[in-house]
Amino acid sequence: MADAAEHQAVPTEDESRRDFLLHATLATGAVGVAVSMWPLINSMNPAADTLALSSVEASLAGLQEGQAITISWRGKPVFVRYRTAVEIEEARSERWQDMPDPQPDEERVQDDRYLIVIGVCTHLGCIPLGQKTTETRGDYGGYFCPCHGSHYDLSARIRRGPAPANLEVPEYIFLSETNIRIG
Amino acid sequence: MSTEKSWGTQAFDWFEERLPIVSFIDNTVGSKYPAPKNLNYFWNFGALAGFVMVIMILTGILLAMSYTPHVDHAFQSVERIMRDVNSGWLLRYMHANGASFFFIVVYIHIFRGLYYGSYKAPREVLWWLGIIIMLIMMMTAFTGYVLPWGQMSFWGATVITNLFSAIPVIGDEIVTLLWGGFSVDNPTLNRFFALHFLMPFVLVGVVILHVWALHIPGSNNPLGINATPKDKIPFHPYYTAKDVFGLGVFLLVYFTVVFWFPNAMGHTDNYIPANPLSTPAHIVPEWYFLPFYAILRSIDDKLTGVILMFGSILILFVIPWLDTSRVRSATFRPIFRVLFWIFLIDCVVLTWCGAQLPEGIPLILTRVGTFWYFFHFLVLMPVIGWIETPRPLPTSISTPVVAKPAE
Repeated sequence: MADAAEHQAVPTEDESRRDFLLHATLATGAVGVAVSMWPLINSMNPAADTLALSSVEASLAGLQEGQAITISWRGKPVFVRYRTAVEIEEARSERWQDMPDPQPDEERVQDDRYLIVIGVCTHLGCIPLGQKTTETRGDYGGYFCPCHGSHYDLSARIRRGPAPANLEVPEYIFLSETNIRIG
Repeated sequence: MSTEKSWGTQAFDWFEERLPIVSFIDNTVGSKYPAPKNLNYFWNFGALAGFVMVIMILTGILLAMSYTPHVDHAFQSVERIMRDVNSGWLLRYMHANGASFFFIVVYIHIFRGLYYGSYKAPREVLWWLGIIIMLIMMMTAFTGYVLPWGQMSFWGATVITNLFSAIPVIGDEIVTLLWGGFSVDNPTLNRFFALHFLMPFVLVGVVILHVWALHIPGSNNPLGINATPKDKIPFHPYYTAKDVFGLGVFLLVYFTVVFWFPNAMGHTDNYIPANPLSTPAHIVPEWYFLPFYAILRSIDDKLTGVILMFGSILILFVIPWLDTSRVRSATFRPIFRVLFWIFLIDCVVLTWCGAQLPEGIPLILTRVGTFWYFFHFLVLMPVIGWIETPRPLPTSISTPVVAKPAE
């Protein structure tokens, strides 16, 4: 009987060691599989040549007050609008704290006159109307997305509709008075 | 006359002993699969869906041989298929309309299941596999619609991929990953082509599981009661014959559309090459996505809209438990039967709403329709199961048939 008890004790010890080895092996294997998945998934992210095309320069010299131009950047349109004094006044007169995505106009422009935003609706990515004089500019005088009815104001801030955020301001710098580099 | 087996039979037996594939097929859709004897024509649509799937894979592979997945060539290569490739117009129209008919057939198949309670025990897993098939079909149809690289292709891809940007925190990273860039562009088209080619074969795999799961409990039937062995007849020749007749009718309708109205279910804007700088004034998805698109637009909040849209499909996974009635067939459920037809009308209304601009009366209808969609599943289904008194069930499939002359 004493023999049997001894024999029973040994396997338990053995099993716990085996369990440890088993779990350690499985855990290492799982981490290994997870790590090796990353390059596969990451291969779907933008390639180096796609990333290389990430800045564009443009001249605003020909732009008159009240006019707008569209620049293509990273396959997306960038809206540039030379706002009139009245429009700037209008964009700044309302209480921005109450808007869906609160942001003052001052934070959204570098030069008060030029509103520069990515022309992609923050809802589902359509191009809002309002750049051309023939297009509707929505109930707030800025942009209107025809896909799902989002209205943007003269600072391209979302005011009404399903879009959750203001039109994005891209990274840009003024190289001179009328030259900009986006990206 | 010897009792010896012929050479042919011996060779067949030799093969069967090593790979019993012929008897496997016979057990699946042949004379060894007993099916309830009262199946009506709504039971044709499963087999029809399988047939359309074969048409889609066949025409799809042939189209792929002439298609170029590049933003500069995709649109042109599709036009070349239409004008220059031998029978290219037929392949493309069969494939494009085949997608629509695939959904028509599958939607009828799903509503059949809803009416006759085919989702209830013991067929829950069979039902789940069916929903997974529908989800794979939707992904395949969506990626396929992008390939001609017309305006609707491009903007459809933009809107649908942007749905994922509604996911908090990592949404934008996921969308960039899907695009392989900063907008829908050449990398997107390439991967969509790869996925569009892959997913049909994944679909075939899930269809095999679907048929396997069907054969564990066997087919449901219009009475919804468990069929006894006496109530069953061999699938072949009875239902193979019935399915072939249904197939003939289906082919008449399908080829009428393919030959005479090939663009009736498409959108004219997709014959304009994709322009990333101009969204068409009124973008709509293909008709089979319209009810879900309507649900997406019913709420003025991006994340809620996206959750409702995905939820409207995912909710189907739990209806075996939301329906508290143990009676399967709506034939014996007086209240549920009325609600079924109201629900069907609701889906038609949502389909119509999805094609309208989201304002005024269509927007109100969209909201009412979306409410009813979820109200039907989440409230009516469980409540009606409790309060409704079902009509008495026949004891077997043979009983009502035999009893009739006595009336």
